[in-house]
Amino acid sequence: MATAASTTAHGHGHGTGQDIHHAPPVIADPPKELEREPLVLNNRSLGWITDAIAGICEKPMPKWWWPAFILSAGGMSMMFALVAYLISTGVGVWGLNQPADWAWDITNFVFWIGIGHAGTLISAVLFLLRQKWRTSINRAAEAMTLFAVACAGIFPVVHTGRVWYALYPGFLFPVPNANAIWPQFRSPLLWDVFAVSTYGTVSLLFWYVGLIPDLATLRDRAKTTLRKFCYGLFALGWTNSNRHWSNYEKAYLIFAGLSTPLVLSVHSIVSFDFAVSQVPGWHTTIFPPYFVAGAIFSGFGMVLTLLIPMRALFGLHDIITTRHIELMCKVLLATGSIVGYAYGMEFFIAWYGGSPYELYAFKNRAFGPYWWSYWWMISCNVISPHFFWFKKLRTSAVFVWIVSIFVNIGMWFERFVIIVTSLHRDYLPSSWGYFTPSWVDVFTFAGSFGLFMTLFLLFIRFLPAIAISEVKGVTPQADPHHPLGGAKGHH
Amino acid sequence: MNATGTRPHGILAEFDTTAGILDAAIRCRDAGYTKWDVYTPFPIHGMDDAMGVKKSMVGWFTFVGGVTGFTTGMTMIWFMNKFDYGLVVGGKPLFTPLFAFPVSYELTILLGAFATLFGMLFLNGLPRLHNPLLANARFKRASDDRFFICIESEDPKYSEEATRAFLSERCHANAVEIVEA
Repeated sequence: MATAASTTAHGHGHGTGQDIHHAPPVIADPPKELEREPLVLNNRSLGWITDAIAGICEKPMPKWWWPAFILSAGGMSMMFALVAYLISTGVGVWGLNQPADWAWDITNFVFWIGIGHAGTLISAVLFLLRQKWRTSINRAAEAMTLFAVACAGIFPVVHTGRVWYALYPGFLFPVPNANAIWPQFRSPLLWDVFAVSTYGTVSLLFWYVGLIPDLATLRDRAKTTLRKFCYGLFALGWTNSNRHWSNYEKAYLIFAGLSTPLVLSVHSIVSFDFAVSQVPGWHTTIFPPYFVAGAIFSGFGMVLTLLIPMRALFGLHDIITTRHIELMCKVLLATGSIVGYAYGMEFFIAWYGGSPYELYAFKNRAFGPYWWSYWWMISCNVISPHFFWFKKLRTSAVFVWIVSIFVNIGMWFERFVIIVTSLHRDYLPSSWGYFTPSWVDVFTFAGSFGLFMTLFLLFIRFLPAIAISEVKGVTPQADPHHPLGGAKGHH
Repeated sequence: MNATGTRPHGILAEFDTTAGILDAAIRCRDAGYTKWDVYTPFPIHGMDDAMGVKKSMVGWFTFVGGVTGFTTGMTMIWFMNKFDYGLVVGGKPLFTPLFAFPVSYELTILLGAFATLFGMLFLNGLPRLHNPLLANARFKRASDDRFFICIESEDPKYSEEATRAFLSERCHANAVEIVEA
C-alpha cells in the first residue's frame, strides 16, 4: 500500500482569495417573514454532521438498546415459532373460517405493506418535488419500508396453508404446476405478487444506492480491520469522485422517477385484490386512490412513531428538527383528510348506487356486530389528524408521537373493517358468521412487530440512520454561491 | 519518478470550501488537463459544468432495462396463458394487453431499476478493489468535510513541478501533495 506522500502542506491561500473566504457575509438579511427555518440547526459544520451521524453506529450502543433488542428478538422468535406451528398444523390454528376466509392474515399484510409507502414517498416523490427536508428522514424511512415489506411478505405466503406449494413449484412464481398449468395472470392476486416483490426489490436497490457514499464515509472512518473490510466491501470502492457523482445523481433521479409510479401502483394493485372481486363492500372504484392515501397516512404515522424517540435518544434535534416533524404532521393532515373523505364517499355511493347488498354492507360496517372496529377506525383516522390544524400541537413532539400511535391503530382497523365486515355477512343470511381471532392470530401479529423492531434496531446499530452526504448537500456551506460556502462577499 | 522508483498516481490538492473547489475546477478545465477529477463529500451544484463533464448516460441503461421488462411481461403472459396452455377462466379472453398490463408495468420498473444500478456502477468502473487515493491519509476527509482535486500522472500535461505550482498558486489549494501509486 502506498503511504501518504512526502510533500508538505502549502502556505497558500493566505493571499487575497483566502481572506475573502473568511470575510463575514455582507448581504443584508432577508425580511423576517421570508426566512425559512434552516434544515440543520445551529449552523453545524460538515464535520459535525459526519461525527453526529456516523458516530451513532461507531460508538457502543446506549444502555436501552440491549433490552429493546432482546425484547424485539423475543417477539420475532415467537412469531417464527407460531408460523412453524401454523405450517406444521394447518391454517385451522387461526380463527378464520367460512365465511371470513381472510381475516387477520390479509389485514396484517395490507397494514404492513401500507406502512412501507411512506419511505418510498419520502425518498422518491419528495425528491422529485425538490422537498429538501426529506434528506433528514429518508434513510430511516426507507429502512422502515424494507422492514415493513419483510413483515408484510410473511402473511400472504403462510396464509396459503401448504406453503411449499406457494413457493415450490409455486403458484407465486411463473412456473407450471404438476399438470403443466401456468399461473393465470387474469387474477389480481398474481399482479399483487409481482407488485409487492418488485416494490421490495426496488426499494432495496434505491436504499442501497443512497447508502453507497455513506458506507464510504464509514469505511474511511473505520478503525478495525473488520469494519474496514465490511464497509469497504459494500462501499464498492466509492471515492466521491465528481465524475462518479454525475452518474450517481442521474441514477438517483431515475430511481426516484421509477419509484414514484411504483409506489402509486403497489397499493393500487393491493386494492385490486378487493376491488376486482364481486364482494359488496370491496367492489368499488374508489379503492386505488383511497388505499394509496391511506398507505401514505399510515406510513407517515409509523415514521413519526419511530423517529421521534430515535431523535430524542440519540440527540439528533439539530438534524431532525421541529420543522421536520411539523411538515410530516401536515402530510398526515392532508392524507388523513383524503381518507376521511373516502369513508364518506363510500357511504354516499353505497346509497346512491342503488345496490341493496352494497348499502347493507356499509350499514353493517357501522352498526352491525363489528360496529366497534368501525368506530375505532373513524376516531383514529378521521378525528385524530385534525388536531394538526394547530401549530402548537404539531410542534409538540410528545403529542405528535401519541397521535402517531393512534394513526397506526386506526389504519390497522381500517383494513380489518374492509376485510372482515365485508366477508362475514354476504348475500345469504344462512351463510353469515362472526370471526373471532385465535391466540395464534394475536401473537403472530404481535410478533411481527418484534421482527420489524429487530431489523430497525440492527439498522441503527450498523448503518447511518440519516443520509450523511445528502444532509451535507442541503447546508449553506454546500452552496458555492453562499457566503458560508466560501462565496465572495456579495451575491 | 520518485525515490522508490515508481511513477506516482498523481498530485492531490485540498480545499476547504465549495466555492474554492468550484473555482479551482474551472481553472483545471481551462488549463487543458484531461486526466483529473474532483472529490467532494456530496455532489456540488454546477460542478459538472465547471469540470466540463458531459451529461450522464445512465438513462439509456434504464430505457433498455425498462423496455426489456415490459416486453418480457407481455410475452411471458401471452406465452403462458394463451400459447402454451390456454385455459378459459371466468369466460375471459386468453390474452389481452389489459390484464397483462399490471405485471408488465411492474417488470418495466424492476428491470429498469436493476439496469440503472448496474449501468451507474458500470459507467463509474465500480466495484473497484484497489484505488491509490484510498490509501492516502489526507484523502480520507473527502468523505467528511474537505474537497480535493487530483491530477493524475497519466495526464499528458502532467509535470510534477508545474502541476504542483499550478494547483497551489493558481488554484489556491490549502495543501498539495503527491499520491503514490
